[in-house]
Formats: sequence, C-alpha cells, structure tokens
Amino acid sequence: MSAVSSYAKALAVAAGRAVPIATRRHVYLSDRPLVFVPLALAGEANAPLAAMIGTSPHDPYMLLVPQPRNRDLRFGFAASLAEVVLAYVRSCTARFEVVGTDRLFLDAPQLLVPNAAGLGFVKLLGRSTRFRRTNGPYPVPAGVPLLGRWLTHLGERSEHPGSSAMLAMTQTLSAHWASGQSAVEDANLAALLGWIDPPEGVCGSEAALAAEDPLVWPPAGPSTDPAFDNEVLAPAIRAYQSATPDSPKRRRAVETLERELRGQMEPTWRLMWHAIKVLRRLPAAETVETRWTADRRDFSRYHDYLSTDGRPQARRDGAVAAARRLQSLEREQTTFDAARALDDPLVMASYRVTGEAFQGTVVSVDRNRRILSERGRRVTRPKVVVGTGDPVHLPVGESLRAPQRIKQNARITEIARSADGVLVTLELDGGMGRAAVPAPGSVPEVGDEITYTSVYPDAIRSPDLPPTDQTPWTHGGPPRPYVPTDDDAREAWE
Amino acid sequence: MDNLQERLRHIRGSAAEKRHNARTVAALTSNPGCARRAVLDAAGVDKDRLARHVGFPAKFGQSQFAITRGNAFEAQVKANGYAELLRLLRETLGLEIREVGSTNLEDVGGNTGQEVRHARSRQKLTSAAADPNAAATFYDHPLLRLDVGGSRVYLEPDLVAFHHDGVFHVVEIKSFAVIDNQADARKVAAAATQSAVYVLALRRLLGDDKVAHEVVLVCPKDFSNQPVATKVDVRKQLIVLNHQLSRLTRIESLVEALPPTLTLDLAPDDDGKFSRPAAEVIAALGEIEARYAPGCLATCEMAFFCRQEASGCTATLGLSVREELGGVETVAEALGLADGILVEGDDQAEVAAMLRTTARIFGSVAA
Repeated sequence: MSAVSSYAKALAVAAGRAVPIATRRHVYLSDRPLVFVPLALAGEANAPLAAMIGTSPHDPYMLLVPQPRNRDLRFGFAASLAEVVLAYVRSCTARFEVVGTDRLFLDAPQLLVPNAAGLGFVKLLGRSTRFRRTNGPYPVPAGVPLLGRWLTHLGERSEHPGSSAMLAMTQTLSAHWASGQSAVEDANLAALLGWIDPPEGVCGSEAALAAEDPLVWPPAGPSTDPAFDNEVLAPAIRAYQSATPDSPKRRRAVETLERELRGQMEPTWRLMWHAIKVLRRLPAAETVETRWTADRRDFSRYHDYLSTDGRPQARRDGAVAAARRLQSLEREQTTFDAARALDDPLVMASYRVTGEAFQGTVVSVDRNRRILSERGRRVTRPKVVVGTGDPVHLPVGESLRAPQRIKQNARITEIARSADGVLVTLELDGGMGRAAVPAPGSVPEVGDEITYTSVYPDAIRSPDLPPTDQTPWTHGGPPRPYVPTDDDAREAWE
Repeated sequence: MDNLQERLRHIRGSAAEKRHNARTVAALTSNPGCARRAVLDAAGVDKDRLARHVGFPAKFGQSQFAITRGNAFEAQVKANGYAELLRLLRETLGLEIREVGSTNLEDVGGNTGQEVRHARSRQKLTSAAADPNAAATFYDHPLLRLDVGGSRVYLEPDLVAFHHDGVFHVVEIKSFAVIDNQADARKVAAAATQSAVYVLALRRLLGDDKVAHEVVLVCPKDFSNQPVATKVDVRKQLIVLNHQLSRLTRIESLVEALPPTLTLDLAPDDDGKFSRPAAEVIAALGEIEARYAPGCLATCEMAFFCRQEASGCTATLGLSVREELGGVETVAEALGLADGILVEGDDQAEVAAMLRTTARIFGSVAA
C-alpha cells in the first residue's frame, strides 16, 4: 500500500464506490483468455472437485469429480482438463514470427483465475501431475504429465512481475482500483467487483456486503462454503458413493452434483467475465505490449523445450537456478514499477508524494549552453529550471528522466527551496540530435508542464551472474541438471 | 477473585460456559488490545451464538470434509498403539526407544469433567516428570490449564505429550500437507503458535527444563496420507506468547470499568429461544470496548459485528492503510485534514501536511 492508494481507499469509503488508482491497464488482456474457475475438496491437499473453464463467456466447459477422494476419478479430471488446456496451448502456436534465430509465436496462453488461492491451486495441480507417467505402475492418460508441465510453467511465469501469463483477477483489479474495504476483503472477487462496478442504484459498500453472503455469491473457490459442503455436497457425494455404477440412481446422483456445483461456480464465472469487461474499458498502457512479448518469448521457448527435451520441472530449484531466478524477479519488479509510473500519471503520483519524482512548470531555459566536457570537448548541456509544489526528496547530482523524453538524462545541479515551492535546476544530456544546437523540440520550453522521476528502467542495474556452467567452486560448482527419478513418478496421489 | 468470577458469571448469564482451547488463546494474542474479546472469553461467553443473536453470524464454519480428513489422519497416525508415531519420533528425535507406553487422559473412568480430568492429567504428568526412571510414554489428550489475563482457562486438548528421558515433547498432528518439504506458511505459523500454548501450559505445570522447546509437527506428505514429522522450534512463539499474556490487561481491571449490571444474557425462554431484544444486547456490547482489525474476520466470531460498529474508521481498511493515513481515527477526519477543512491538532501537523500533499497530487492527476 502506498500513500496514494491508502488515500484512495479513504476516498472510496466516502464516495461509496471504488476509486481508480490507474488510468491505464497495466496488464495484457488476450482476445480469448482461458478463464478457469476451480473448486477443491476441503481438507485435502489438492483434490479437484469441479471446474469451469473456457474462452467464451457463453460456453463454459464444466468438469466434475463425483468422489474427489477417488484416485482414478481425479486422474479423469486431470485428463479432461488436459484436453482443454492443451488444445488451447496448441491454438496459440498457429502463427509465429522469426526474431533473430528464434521462432516467436504471435500468441501465448493466458490463464485467468479468480484469486490468489486459484493461482495456488493451479501450481499444486501442476506439481501433482507433472511427474506422472503414462506407463509403469499407476499409468495416467497421455495428456496428464504434459498438463502438469504447462500448469507448472504458467505458475512459475505468473511469479514474474509484469507477466500476464496467469493472473488472479482480484489482484489485477486491486492494482487498478482502491475499494473502501481492507485487503483481506478485497480477496473476495464478488465484494471487490461490487465496489468497482456496483449494480444500478446500489452503492459499493452495500454491494460488497451482499457479496459476502455465500448463498447469493458462493465463494470464488477453490475452497467451497462450509455450509454448502455440509448441507449439499456431502449428501450428494454419499448418494453417488452408495449407488451401484451405471445405475439410474448413480446417474441421478451425478446430475445432482453437477447441478449443485454448477450453481456454486456459475456466479464466479459471470464475475470473471464481468471483470474482464471492466478491465477492457481501460486503455492498455504503452509498455504492456513489450511485457506481453516477453511472455510470448517465454512461452515459445518452453514450447520448444518440451518438443526437444521435455523433462518435468524439478521439485525444487537448485541453488544456482534459485539465485538466478531471484535476481531476475527483483530486476523485473523494479522495471515493472518504473514502467508503470512512466506509462501512467496516476501511478507516478505515488512517487511524487514520496518525493522521488516531481511535476512542475519550466520557468527558465538556457537552451544553447555549451560546456567543456571532461575530455576537453565542447558539448551541448542545456540547463532548465523547473518550479514545483511537490515535495522533492532528491539529492543534487541525481539523474532523472521525464516520461516523454525518456532518452534524455537530466542531472540535478541545484535545488532551491522557498515558501512558494521548490526550484530544481537540471542539466540535460542526450536526445538532442548531433548538431551543435539542440534539435527543435528536444529541449523543454518555458511554460511547459513536465514531470521528472528518479525511478526509470535504465536506473536499475544489478551485477551479472556467471554462466551456469562456470559456477565457481565456492558456490558448489556447476550444478548437475535435474533428472526426474522413479520416486517422483511413483509417489502416491491419494 | 470470587467477586471477579461472580461478575464474569453475571456477564455470561444463564448459558453454559464456553471453554478456551489453544486456538482461542493463540487468537487472543493476535489482538491483545481488544477488551471485548478478552472479557467475552474470560466470561466463557458463546460468541458464536451471541454474534448470531445480534444479527452478524460468524462465517467460518468448518467443512465436514476437513474434519473427517483431520480425524482420519490422526487416527491413522495413532493406530496400532502409536506404532507409526513412534517410528516418526525415533527418526525425528534420534531415539533408540523400541517400546513405548501410552496413557489416555481423555476421560477418567468415563468422567469427562474438567476438574477431574485436569487433576488426573496433572498427577500423571508430574509424577512422570519427577521419576528419572519413567518409561517412555505417550500422554494422549491431557487437559491442561493456563492463566489468561488473571483467569484460569482449561485448554481443550488436541495433542499428544511424549515423555522420554525426563523430557516432554509436544506432538501436534495436523492434516495440512507438506509438499516437497514445504507447507503453507500461515498454517505452519498457526500450528506453531498453538503448540507453543501447550508448551507454555506444560512448562508452567512441570518447570521449563522438563518440556522441550522443539515441538514435533506431524503432517501428511505430498499428496498422500503418509505422515511425515518435522521438528519446529517454538522459542520465538513462546516469547511472543509470554509477552502477550503478561501484558494482557488484567481481566479484573477491565471488568471493574464496566457497569456493574452489565450482562450479555440472551435470556432463553422455555423453548430455548432467546427472548432478550437484540438492541439491548448490542447496547450492552457497546459498553465493552473493541479494537477491530480486518485480521479479526478470520479469528473472532464477533468480527462482523465489530466491523459494522467500526464502519467509517480507518482501522477497517487495515493496519497499513491506517498508518498511511497518519493513524487518525476516522476516514472523515483523514479526508478533512487532507482537504484542509479540519484544523489539525498540534501533534498532527506532519500527518496533515502529508495528507494535504497526497490529496493535492492525487486530485490534480485523477480529476
């Protein structure tokens, strides 16, 4: 939570509806995302109970496990899910471009789940299926291990800041709107959407309150409502269990389960598409496409890997892989934060409040200023003075950038504070063309409104790690590649 | 003391006393500043029923699937005279023990009264601790007692205490899975805090050196029903718990500050229906100060009532938001300071300046 989003939450309480904290959409939204609403049986590690999945709001595909404790039925669920997911993955590989020597698919899978617990479910389902084998003891249908690899891949990818490969809807919405409730309550998709887009004539707090009634809005999963478990689900599963296979009684039991579980998932299914519609109303931020390209690249790479090597991901990362991963996650996080602020003045507001960025008016410009560089050459270094009312907590010497002039470095040479505000003197470098005098428009002019920030992607540097095969002995030497063992495949899934 | 018990009994009214357990003690320490929870718990009020009566039922029922699975797993681990559990403990604690006795303390000759059970648990445990030659033994479901805020509470037992070589280990059996040696951090934290409550109660009974600060957590491995044991060091939780319990405002002083006639009796009539008007109960509840935080929603039965009561307060938005808003009490006050409509107090100058800056910048962009 930043000062801005906290203030926006206070505004939301007063206004009775959510307040936008972004003017742009900072995630990519596929034209046909794969929406996935899973339900799991309470008390088990990862026992799928039912799911709705599909790329069109009008055509959800429903999966069901009538007795979630039954191993074969669980695999049946995984096999049916594999058909849907793998067909979707295949459909993303129809067209590609060639970049350098790499083949880059023009599309990539995007999985949308209701909440953070849904992300966890997908990761665990990936973990529980990727080591399975299609031969030997406990064989599984062909698609299951491959499904496990893809779900694991999406799960890992989703941890990368800025990735849109798999999104939890509540997190995505919270990144764009501040509701008048706490983060705990924001984890409820129905309540959060109630604040953001309440029904006609209802205020956000009322809509959110109504959304907490599990009879009206069943939980968005994967956990089900305990009362539903006890009063509806348990008797229905018992009825299924006690009926002989292929009997009319069992068919009826399955029908009951299907009807009841559909009733639990359908509201969430509708909410998911409602949320997608709400998000589409926001124009995409400028760098969304770049980040989606990174997702596409990662997808293409993993697709190639599966067709050449195809071993499942290790149970746990080795030390070297973990260090590498952590470093890239940190770098992506800072880059993502910076890019978001550059794309969106409302996100930039957070940095202005903390004094890491400021917005103001250009009060004077020394456009054709030339100085002697360290190497003794005459170089163009215009000076501009910006007056601002924002708090400026930046040291002299700090390098800044303006979002519209991202290639042009602006170094603070002087900060003068007075009762009316702050005057910041900046020396500009770069982005002015090759001539002795700066190209037209390349230097801000007096009266221009301009923002300068100390947070921008170029400012982020981290040391490179040595190549994996040159890991020094101090760090255990080059790690041996992971080879899945028979133990991994044999483990009970009950 | 008798006067205090009398007052607490009066607050509870005619209903039967609701017992504490490790979970409620652990929850108490998560929001130690809440007088309402402290008084209701000390008085043994059935908060679930109370919340229902005032129109804000708690929403954390337990699914029977979770209960069944938990019980089945526990039974499996304890089956065949604790054979599986002994194997796990041998591996985890590095013991050479081949045989182990067991004493079930769940009831005393069919008597499940708390006093009787606690007396027997105390007698069995202290004599084992005092005997240097005592054979290794599992003590199943001992009933322990703990002093919480000046009031004695019995801990509904959900543990096995394992005694060997003069040391007790608390063994906690939980049914959440440990997958690839990792488990849900929140569940582990909750289990560790609960175990720490047992360790503390045992230590108060037997002395610090008799009870290990490492508890053994037994959980299912990966996606199977095979148990796996892990040692969990609960020293940190013990420190927190000790600290929180000692600084819990004494119940006596809390109760003294309340009107002497205060009662939360729901006045059930002959059919068991509660005849006391909800408005009256709400007014009575209003006398006991609460400190609501969103975290309460997951731990306290009264949370939805308290949230409603606290609406418009910055606390309902979460601790971090409250801090960002300068720690002021209400949303209206925060916005008033931000807009410059309210004049800040002497100690609020910094907060007000920060809020005004935020409001100005946000307003200039969002408009």
